[in-house]
Amino acid sequence: MKYVVLIYSNPATWEALPAPERDRVLGIHNRIIKELTESGELLRVDGLAHPTNTKTVRIRDGATVVTDGPFGEAKEQLAGVWAVECDSIERAIEIGAPVAEYDTVEIRQLMDLSGMEM
Amino acid sequence: MTSPPPIEDLLRELAPQVLGALTRRYGRFGECEDAVQEALLAASRQWPEQGTPDNPRGWLITVASRRLTDELRGDIARRQREARAAALLPPEAFLSASPSDDLASDEDDTLTLLFLCCHPALSPASQIALTLRAVGGLTTLQIARAFFVPEATMAQRISRAKQSIKTAGARFSLPPENERAERIGAVLHVLYLIFNEGYAATSGPDLQRADLTSEAIRLARDLRRLLPDDGEVAGLLALMLLTDARRPARSRPDGSLVPLGEQDRGRWQADSIREGVAIVTETLSRSRLGPYQVQAAIAAVHDEATKAEDTDWPQIVALYEMLARIAPNPMVTLNHAVAVAMVQGPQAGLDVLATLDADERMTGHHRLHAVRAHLHEMAGDAAAARASYLIAARGTTSLPEQRYLEGRAARLAANGDSVRVDDRE
Repeated sequence: MKYVVLIYSNPATWEALPAPERDRVLGIHNRIIKELTESGELLRVDGLAHPTNTKTVRIRDGATVVTDGPFGEAKEQLAGVWAVECDSIERAIEIGAPVAEYDTVEIRQLMDLSGMEM
Repeated sequence: MTSPPPIEDLLRELAPQVLGALTRRYGRFGECEDAVQEALLAASRQWPEQGTPDNPRGWLITVASRRLTDELRGDIARRQREARAAALLPPEAFLSASPSDDLASDEDDTLTLLFLCCHPALSPASQIALTLRAVGGLTTLQIARAFFVPEATMAQRISRAKQSIKTAGARFSLPPENERAERIGAVLHVLYLIFNEGYAATSGPDLQRADLTSEAIRLARDLRRLLPDDGEVAGLLALMLLTDARRPARSRPDGSLVPLGEQDRGRWQADSIREGVAIVTETLSRSRLGPYQVQAAIAAVHDEATKAEDTDWPQIVALYEMLARIAPNPMVTLNHAVAVAMVQGPQAGLDVLATLDADERMTGHHRLHAVRAHLHEMAGDAAAARASYLIAARGTTSLPEQRYLEGRAARLAANGDSVRVDDRE
C-alpha cells in the first residue's frame, strides 16, 4: 500500500528550538530517510519552503484570485511530504511517529488506479 | 513460415537458464543475478543492430561470466578467494556441456530459481520483484513502471531481497522433500499476486501493468511443465486463464468497471476459456483437491454461461461450500453469500453475511459493505442499499471501485425519487 506521511510543523516552534535540539531532530529525519531508502519503502521525499512563500489560488465567479500565504489559518503548516510503500497502516505509522515530537504527522493512504469488479 | 521470436521474448526465455548456469558454477546468486541482468541489457542493445548470435545462450553466459569475473576481480580485497576461483574458470567451460544435459539442468534451474526468489525470508513485495527479474527476465525499469515506483526504489528492493536470501543462508538447490509442498505454495502465491496486479489494472495510464498477467501465465505454464503432477499448479494456471479470459469485458475504455453480470460475454476470450476448462476438468478428476482448483472450477462455471442468467448458481454454491471446507476465509464467505442469494434469494445471502459481523478481519472492509449493498438492492431495499454502497465507496482505496460504488448509490437515489413519485400517483 502506498501512503503519504504529511508532516505539519509550526515554524515558530521550530525557530525557537536550541541548535543542538534542532540537530538532534534533523538527525532523526535523516536516519528514517536512510532506513526507508535501504528498505525499498521510500518513493520520494520532499521538504516544503517556509509557509510565507505560499500562494493560494482560487477561481471564484470565473476570476482567478491569488493570495499570499497558506489557505489554512492553523499555526501548524505542511512542512514535509514523504511518499512510502509499505505492508500496512501500522508500518506507515511506525515510519512517521519518530518525527512527531514537535510536529504533527498525518498518514494518508493513496488511491489506486486499479480495482476489481464486484 | 514462422518468424523468429522477437529478441525480448528470447531474452526472457533464456534469462533463468543463463542465471541457473552461472549460479550453479559460481554460487553467489546475488552477484550472478546482477551479471545476468547486465548481459541481458547488453544483448537488447547489441542484437537488434548486429544480429542475434548463433548461440544466444552461450553468448549471454560468456558476457555474464565476464561481467562477474570483472566484478569479483574489482572487489578483490573483500572477495579474494572467489575472484581467484572465478578467474580460473574460462567462460567457454559452460559451452562444453552436451545439449541434453543442458535441457535437464535448465528445467531444474528454473524451478530452483523460483523457490529461491519466493524464499519465505522475503516480503511478498520483494518476492514479486525478484521473481520478475531473475526468472521473468524483466528489467528493473520495467518492473518499477509496472508497480508505479521509482526505479531506484525497485533496484533497492531487489538488492535487499538478494541480501535477505544470503542472510537466510539459502542455497541454489531444490528444497528438501519435506518442505517442498509449502515452498510450492509460496511460489504459487507469488504468481497469483503478480497475476492480480496485472488483472486489476483497468485502462489508461494503467495499461502497462496488464503485461503482468501474461507474464504470470507464462511463468505458471513453465511451472506446470516442471511439475506436471501437481494439481494446484494446474489449478492456478486454469484460474488465471479463466479469469484473464474476461479481461476485455471487465472495464470500459474510460477505465470504469463492469460487474460480471453485466459484461458483454461475446468479448470473452474463447481460447483461454477452452484451455482453462480443459485443464481444470482433467485436474479435478485425478488430483487431490486444493483451493486453486476449486476457484478455477468456479471461474469455469461462470465462463461457461453464455448469458449471465444461464449461470449454474447451485453448482457455484456447492463449490464455495467445498472451498470453505478446505480453505476457509472471509472472502470465500462473501462470495458464498452472493451465490446463496442467487439461489435462495437475497435474505438468505444477507444471513450468510451476518456471520461475518463478528469477524475482525472484515469489520469495516469495503467489500463486505459492497456485497451487503448488492443484496439489499436485490431485495428492493433502496435506502439500505444506498447507505451500504456509500460506506463501501468511502472504504475502498481503489478509484475505479469508488466510482462504481458511487455510481450504484447515485442510481438508487435517482430511482428512489421516481418510486416516491409512483407512490403518490
